[in-house]
Amino acid sequence: MNDFFTSSISKFNGVLTTIAIFFVVLGTIFFIAGKFQGKIARYLAIVIFVGPAVLLVLTGIVISGIQTILFSFMGPDSLSFIGLNNYRWMLSDPSIAIMMRNTLLWLLFAPIFTTVLGLTMAILLNQMRRESIPKSILFMPMAISFVGASIIWKFIYDFRSNGTQIGLLNAIWTHLGGDPVNWILNKPLNTFLLMVILVWTQTGFAMVILSAAIKAVPSDIVEASKIDGAYGLKLFRNITFPMVKTTFGVVLALQLVGALKLFDIIETMTGGNFGTNVLANEMYSRTFVQYDQGKGSALGVVLFICVIPILIFNIRSIIKSRSN
Amino acid sequence: MSLKISKPSSGRQIFSSKIAAITVWTITILWTIPTFGLLVTSFRTGDAIYANGWWSAFTKPAFTLQNYREVFFGGASESLSDGILPYFVNSIVITLPATIFPIVIATMAAYGLAWVKFKGSDFIFFAIFALQIVPLQMSLVPLLQLFTGGAHIGSVTIFPALGIAGDFAGIWLPHTMFAMPLAIYLLHNFVASLPRELMEAAHVDGANHFLIFRKIVIPLSVPGIAAIAIFQFLWVWNDLLVALTFAGGTEEVAPINAKLASLVGQYGSSWTTLTAGAFITISIPLVVFFSLQRYFVRGLTAGSVK
Repeated sequence: MNDFFTSSISKFNGVLTTIAIFFVVLGTIFFIAGKFQGKIARYLAIVIFVGPAVLLVLTGIVISGIQTILFSFMGPDSLSFIGLNNYRWMLSDPSIAIMMRNTLLWLLFAPIFTTVLGLTMAILLNQMRRESIPKSILFMPMAISFVGASIIWKFIYDFRSNGTQIGLLNAIWTHLGGDPVNWILNKPLNTFLLMVILVWTQTGFAMVILSAAIKAVPSDIVEASKIDGAYGLKLFRNITFPMVKTTFGVVLALQLVGALKLFDIIETMTGGNFGTNVLANEMYSRTFVQYDQGKGSALGVVLFICVIPILIFNIRSIIKSRSN
Repeated sequence: MSLKISKPSSGRQIFSSKIAAITVWTITILWTIPTFGLLVTSFRTGDAIYANGWWSAFTKPAFTLQNYREVFFGGASESLSDGILPYFVNSIVITLPATIFPIVIATMAAYGLAWVKFKGSDFIFFAIFALQIVPLQMSLVPLLQLFTGGAHIGSVTIFPALGIAGDFAGIWLPHTMFAMPLAIYLLHNFVASLPRELMEAAHVDGANHFLIFRKIVIPLSVPGIAAIAIFQFLWVWNDLLVALTFAGGTEEVAPINAKLASLVGQYGSSWTTLTAGAFITISIPLVVFFSLQRYFVRGLTAGSVK
């Protein structure tokens, strides 16, 4: 225990010193640069304000990304070029085919289900008097880590071959007369059960953003169409949805990227076993468990290629919103 | 927030708002059950947890603080002999700078790109915006190499080995890098919408960019900065991939979330350890989330709703 206190105090000391140094350096740079005038002052301002961010993005994302593309054409230790072998391996290995299929399932189901459910909740909440409590409860899982969420759901999916079931799902299932099911081993149902975790954490996020979009629909338009007799589905189809379409697209795109990069839930729930593995998890285990940087990088490049359509969609929508 | 679209007037509307309320509350309760089950289980004795489901706890109560005592102070299992507190400390030590550094740097960049207009500032903004969705997986290996071995062209070292892999700085730096695109994009929305007249007046009064940044931009952007800081805090605290890659699993630097993930995979980790450990891990983000939710929601919606 004493060890713990001394090491913790030194860690806190270290972190506070680092933060203090950061601000002192920044303050000094601001002070000195503030003394200059005219053209030099302007150049200094550009370099000091934008420079650090550009440098971080360049090293952390751009150069690293290019290096990863290079590594994907190299062997396990990134020393010799082996051409397209890593990609050929990907096409020939049957286990990769399963991962591709699973990743595709995640992309097809989880994002659209999350976003539609989020939109439904947002519309229903909009008709309620007291919306703040359900809203914040639905939003809450967003603050829980995927690891924490996985433990919560692992407990729900718990299985015992006989006796009292302590997992909620099996308790309900056996109560209804079924035999206990080992849900996590049950292919391909298990992939969908893992998706439930992602949907559970993300629906509140989709709801909050879509709810703000719905509230931004001018109320006189809604009132006018109500006078014209548009209610329920008709009102939604003709008025509300066209107005929140863009936001719906943005949320869906975010969810797609999230589902593609998803790693934590698979790693915690199954470690990629029982036919649940996905590309993002395989990328990690190839690189850092089996130490094959070539294959790992190639998998990373595939993930990147998958987000390019969304990238183009994003750029087009921001250019459109700028020109308006 | 306080905007009331319309008061239910006709019978049909009252009916539909009732149905809406019932559906919403049903789903809300459904959404709470998983977390509630974890919370209840974490306070039950080991025997009780394995004897029957947590919902039986109310008819045959057997509550204890033993699970928390073991997880906090050790003795729960071999892999957690010193308790989870060191990892909890690590999480704080990782999260503070990994939240403060990127927010400060991103706010500076947002101001530079929005108000010190220069040739290429729009291009930089678009490029950073586009990089937002590049998967983290694209950067892990090269960054780790950079931290351990530096960068060389032939025999010329263009970047020294930082030797910060497996150190706290080796986790702060990647988090700061990866946070840039989203933070700059969201903060740019806030900073760019500050009144132009105010900036021009300050320039006329002889204030330079650095003074304007400190005296006008920072104070007026506090809601936006707070929202993004909360977001970044949650992201870093809950992160697993960066932690596993750059911190390893040691008691010296690994954060609580990574430790929790490793406990799940180990045999002999009982539900007593896992439920209490999970609740300790998620308690801090939940407190932050519920106390600062207003800022958080405002920041998110400002960024994505046009």
